[in-house]
Amino acid sequence: MTMDKSGASLLIENLSVDYKTYDGTANALNGFDLSIEAGKAHGLIGETGAGKTTAALAIMGLIACPPGRISSGSIIFDNVNLLDKSEKEMERIRGKQISMIFQDPMTSLNPVMSMEEQIAEVISLHEGFSKIQSLNKAHEMLEIVGIPASRGHEYPHQFSGGMKQRVVIAMALACNPQLLIADEPTTALDVTIQAQVLEKIKQVRQMYGMSLLMITHDLGVVAETCDEVSIIYAGRVVEHGTVEDIFDHNLHPYTQGLFDSLPNLKDRRAKLRPIKGLMPDPSNLPVGCSFCLRCNYATELCYKVKPERKYRNEGHYVECHLYEEPHILESKVRNHG
Amino acid sequence: MDKPILRVENLKKYYKTPRGMLHAVDDVSFTLARGKTLGIVGESGCGKSTIGRTILRLVEPTEGKVYFEDKDLGSLTRRQLRKARKHMQIIFQDPFSSIDPRTTVAEAIAEPIAINHIIKDKKCRFSRVMELIELVGLDRRTMNSYPHELDGGRRQRVGIARAIAMDPKFIVCDEPVSALDVSIQAQILNLLDELQEKLDLTYIFITHDLSVVNHFSDDIVVMYLGRMVEKASAEELFANPKHPYTQALLSAIPIPSIHNRKKRILLEGEITSPIEPANACRFAGRCRYADDICRCSEPPLVECGPEHFVSCFRV
Repeated sequence: MTMDKSGASLLIENLSVDYKTYDGTANALNGFDLSIEAGKAHGLIGETGAGKTTAALAIMGLIACPPGRISSGSIIFDNVNLLDKSEKEMERIRGKQISMIFQDPMTSLNPVMSMEEQIAEVISLHEGFSKIQSLNKAHEMLEIVGIPASRGHEYPHQFSGGMKQRVVIAMALACNPQLLIADEPTTALDVTIQAQVLEKIKQVRQMYGMSLLMITHDLGVVAETCDEVSIIYAGRVVEHGTVEDIFDHNLHPYTQGLFDSLPNLKDRRAKLRPIKGLMPDPSNLPVGCSFCLRCNYATELCYKVKPERKYRNEGHYVECHLYEEPHILESKVRNHG
Repeated sequence: MDKPILRVENLKKYYKTPRGMLHAVDDVSFTLARGKTLGIVGESGCGKSTIGRTILRLVEPTEGKVYFEDKDLGSLTRRQLRKARKHMQIIFQDPFSSIDPRTTVAEAIAEPIAINHIIKDKKCRFSRVMELIELVGLDRRTMNSYPHELDGGRRQRVGIARAIAMDPKFIVCDEPVSALDVSIQAQILNLLDELQEKLDLTYIFITHDLSVVNHFSDDIVVMYLGRMVEKASAEELFANPKHPYTQALLSAIPIPSIHNRKKRILLEGEITSPIEPANACRFAGRCRYADDICRCSEPPLVECGPEHFVSCFRV
């Protein structure tokens, strides 16, 4: 079996997705940008309703239409625009070049198919292997994620949550994808099992070298697995940088708010400073900065004008009126930690 | 020291299953002083929620005693228990399923007050409901909303308002923030903190999130498969964990920082079954230090430092 170490790059520009609902049009993504270099791990952080999963589904070509609609933008994967692909072509890409791990392993496995059959199905579909070849490869994949091949004939209900999630990982990796999208892969798991699964993802990345898009709300998970981070709020990336930029030099008041909301392990009595208010209604976003209603630094300008992107260095940018180029050296928000 | 408000002695809860007795909670004892918070941590299936429910006698314990203000809750008749429950309340994890979808916020909060005949006059009851709505930081406008119109954080505030409606002394918080986003989670934790101070509440705080329990508790109990494996003050437990399971659990927390990454202790395997557990340390199968003695007898809970208890043969 050839195991070429190849990740592919992904470049998303100005992507907008909206859903038609009875209450009006919900703008799930509004000019969303994301770029992953080949072989790198990118963390996408945001809260419920920020558009994280919509972004993942858009890459996979799985936005249900209607009610969804991709109204603008491009998704360039390995130098081709995925939005120009037909459904047939996308079927060949999904599971082969781009794979996805979903949050809940309990619902992403077929309960009436054995584990090995489910993995073999992907392989025979994309690689055209015979049944026996596919099953052999499925067993190989199970061993890689630390499950004895002898348990391959068992069914999902016989596995625990952590093992099921590892089977899902095995399935996602079976065709050696160039990009792996992990949508909250450990949220449904216990801490010690989460540690095992994250370790497994790290290991297989070292083996296969694929690019990774890690979608999560957990800053700890990102610190552990990623090279670069984007913070998404109301369908837009409001801050982007390397993990060093984001964890040590973050600029956006929302990013700061996320850090301040976490209990501090070093100082256990430190008061939590939650972000006030709630995520804005996606069908009725503010005219100016989408964070203005919850921001402690908001001025009149923030309510009226959308902030432009300001760069602190080549890769680290923030969309916030607090900053003026080229003087972004110091964070204007109180620093945490 | 103050007289403890709650004393739990050798609490056991077994469930009959087709495959044998399931030991959900096995011989748990602790005391809790007034105005303090006891955190109970552990992974799914360790019995932490069952402890909370058995204390309130929402499930009957198999064995053991629970004393609330020196009253043995097990000896109370139904009527007496109902009276006692005014002082003991619970906040559930999932505010989506713990509130009747067909009552408005005001009705949901008024319900416990009406049922317990605390305030008979409707007008007075209404003003008490408004007071509670403001106390938990809800907008007065939400009083006529239905639960489905509210987000998780607001719904959890309604759950809290219901719990404090009877002016309880003691509340079991069963994973109250696990279903919420980080920014909302912090709002609710701060609210619980404020209420504790204002209303002189005592909490049992059940969670799987170690950083939350560290922030919130005075003392922490670590559970594994129905057994209490370690108990200490929060500072002591985090600074000086003794049980190998506690050590692994603490090292597994993903830290939101890129500096001083500590070495992680990866646990092999998964949690085993609490059905008819063998006479052995329940953690032995996953423990890297386990030897023969761990596999043939259960370690007792011993005091290894001031107010620091651990159940492990190595200590």
